[in-house]
Amino acid sequence: MSRDLTAIKPYGDTMNDGKIQLSFTLPVPAGPEGKEAARKMASQLNLKEVEVVHTKDLGEDFSFYIVYGQTDKTIDYTKIRVARATSSVMDYYEINEYIEENIGRPLRVVGACTGSDAHTVGLDAIMNMKGYSGEYGLERYPMFKTLNLGSQVPNEELIHKALEFDADAMLISQVVTQKDIHVKNLTELVELLEAERLRDKFTIVVGGPRISHELALELGFDAGFGIGTLPPEVASFLAEELNREINKEEN
Amino acid sequence: MAKLDLDQNKVKRCRSASVKIADSVDNYIEGLTTTSVERTILRLYGVDGVNSEEIPVPNLIVDQLNKADLLEAGAAVRLGQALLSSQLTVEDLSEAIAENKLDIIKLINNSNLNSNKVKSYMRELASNRAKKIKAIREKRDELQQEYPPGPKPWLYVIVATGNIYEDVQQARAAARQGADIVAVIRSTAQSLLDYVPYGPTTEGFGGTYATQENFKIMREALDEVGQEEGRYIQLVNYCSGLCMPEIAAMGAIERLDMMLNDAMYGILFRDINMKRTFVDQYFSRLINAYAGIIINTGEDNYLTTADALSEAHTVVASQFINEELASRSQLPPELMGLGHAFEIDPTVKDGFLLEIAQAQLVRQLFPEAPLKYMPPTKYMTGDIFKGHLQDGMFNLTSIITGQGIQLLGMLTEAIHTPFMQDRALSLENAKYIFNNARNLGGEIQFKPDGKIQGRADKVLDETVEMLEEIAEKGLISALESGLFAGIERPRNGGKGKDGVIKKASDYYNPFAEIFRKELVASE
Repeated sequence: MSRDLTAIKPYGDTMNDGKIQLSFTLPVPAGPEGKEAARKMASQLNLKEVEVVHTKDLGEDFSFYIVYGQTDKTIDYTKIRVARATSSVMDYYEINEYIEENIGRPLRVVGACTGSDAHTVGLDAIMNMKGYSGEYGLERYPMFKTLNLGSQVPNEELIHKALEFDADAMLISQVVTQKDIHVKNLTELVELLEAERLRDKFTIVVGGPRISHELALELGFDAGFGIGTLPPEVASFLAEELNREINKEEN
Repeated sequence: MAKLDLDQNKVKRCRSASVKIADSVDNYIEGLTTTSVERTILRLYGVDGVNSEEIPVPNLIVDQLNKADLLEAGAAVRLGQALLSSQLTVEDLSEAIAENKLDIIKLINNSNLNSNKVKSYMRELASNRAKKIKAIREKRDELQQEYPPGPKPWLYVIVATGNIYEDVQQARAAARQGADIVAVIRSTAQSLLDYVPYGPTTEGFGGTYATQENFKIMREALDEVGQEEGRYIQLVNYCSGLCMPEIAAMGAIERLDMMLNDAMYGILFRDINMKRTFVDQYFSRLINAYAGIIINTGEDNYLTTADALSEAHTVVASQFINEELASRSQLPPELMGLGHAFEIDPTVKDGFLLEIAQAQLVRQLFPEAPLKYMPPTKYMTGDIFKGHLQDGMFNLTSIITGQGIQLLGMLTEAIHTPFMQDRALSLENAKYIFNNARNLGGEIQFKPDGKIQGRADKVLDETVEMLEEIAEKGLISALESGLFAGIERPRNGGKGKDGVIKKASDYYNPFAEIFRKELVASE
């Protein structure tokens, strides 16, 4: 059977059947009205042939639904372009080995949640010993020396600490933001670095649920990482980028 | 119940090493108190409220005492001097300080009362306040008689919306769906605040601030839904971080039933100073013991950084240490929810057998403890379908080995704080497996030369070795050298170090005296 990559649809058990499963809770008790509300909800998402296959009362006037439907929307897969920070992700051992071989000393990384952001979950997921989803954080890598400044760090202080620590790179995390304050915050950091002629001194990386690699580049960062990023992705990027930077300087 | 054949001599060696280890901790903190312990004493006397900048009155008083070098004798004595010379009640004094209408240092410096008189006054006041805590404990016993909690393993779920009123709605629904225990996750980084926020709160991240008012709101909601369901619903919060003993006091007053409370967690995972942590954990556990609150220790966390196969013995060693330290705070075994976790890489061949070995080993080593069993988190991936199955294997291990407190895994672990439906699905999962395999543990035996017995023997061997090594070098050095979770913490480092204070020779903490005396008498 031929696949038309210019117009793909979800696959259930037949090409182009457009089958989708979803589950959600509604703030109404279970019953025929709740079930009908669930069906209508899926219909409003433009799903056709909606079937509510499971209903459960959750108490306190809430109910849970599992729903199937079909979509007639298609995606042109041939037109998709995604900006990526790294072309290849190495594992923990490969990264340490890579740094040892190519750079010959541990990389020094300062991390911070800057501005008003008090939420270190993202930064901790990448930096802390504990790591995330079974992957160690940078603290655990013998070839990274890290300094986690924690939350609500002003940009000026971050720069000051990075100089003091003799950092190669800065990791900035922006988790909870309102009215795009994260964009202002990130722009300010780049401007400060440029004003003090320090921009070339550090590789700067930003991460957070509302960050993409594309946005990061736009703001003048070297890379951006979105939700679900694991420590090895960031570590691989840093290893390769700093290898380029450091060995370029020496040449 | 299927039993492992354990070398009892090795178990004894573990316990005697733990005694030595706890002795070294006692020596290390001898003669010390902390700002948080002193704030706790003020709270136990009823000092409460905040000033216009939201600074809690216990902090205002302790900070002023500390600056004036008056804290070494203990906040109890200073509060007594202020109360007696002003003739105010605790409540009025708190209010006057919150409104900045009263200079407590002046009051104390001008008081020329006989110190024995002050002490006996404060002892009586403390004894009345202790009676109240005892009455709260008795109230729990009464309610549990009338509305007995469900069978063990108890089903433990978390709520974490940031808004206490939203939390209440989710907690009530969870109780309807069969939950036995509700924990209100704290807002990220509350553990590093050196004060306890005040009043009801509706904003937080990844959790809801632990405040006394939030405790009260949730307690009332759970009492109500528990009575409707005919099952006492237990409430949990976090007695950890820089305000460990203060939260214990608040929990005792608001009838919490369980507290996360570990002797070493703050040092390892929050980089809190060792002395601060050990002093705080002692007093917080004494309060928990007096209030009849089950502690949950945090050994599960080791396995989120260290490997569950190679570092399994560190969990057991830590449980022995936590047990010994807790018993020095007069906590009886039935209040020791020693923690461990189901964290072996799911791709390991026979990993399920190894999980059973660990769970059964711990069950037999601490037969009276309501073991706190934590779900898989490290190898949860975002594949919610596989995750639901991993949680099922975790539940099966628990029912076979008779765990006490089952913190239910969520299929959406590693994605977001639980949706209402995630919690419902997890409760369904656990109820199905617990019911379907309720007596499986009683029907099977472990092969004497089998994989499960072999694994348990190996972990016990490594535990003895580790505990004896720590007993030899001391717990402080062990923590410095990264023996737990692979994390090294220097003895003079860490947050909250400034809050460690040398007690004067006439230091007085009447609550510690009363709690200890009564607990020893009731043994």
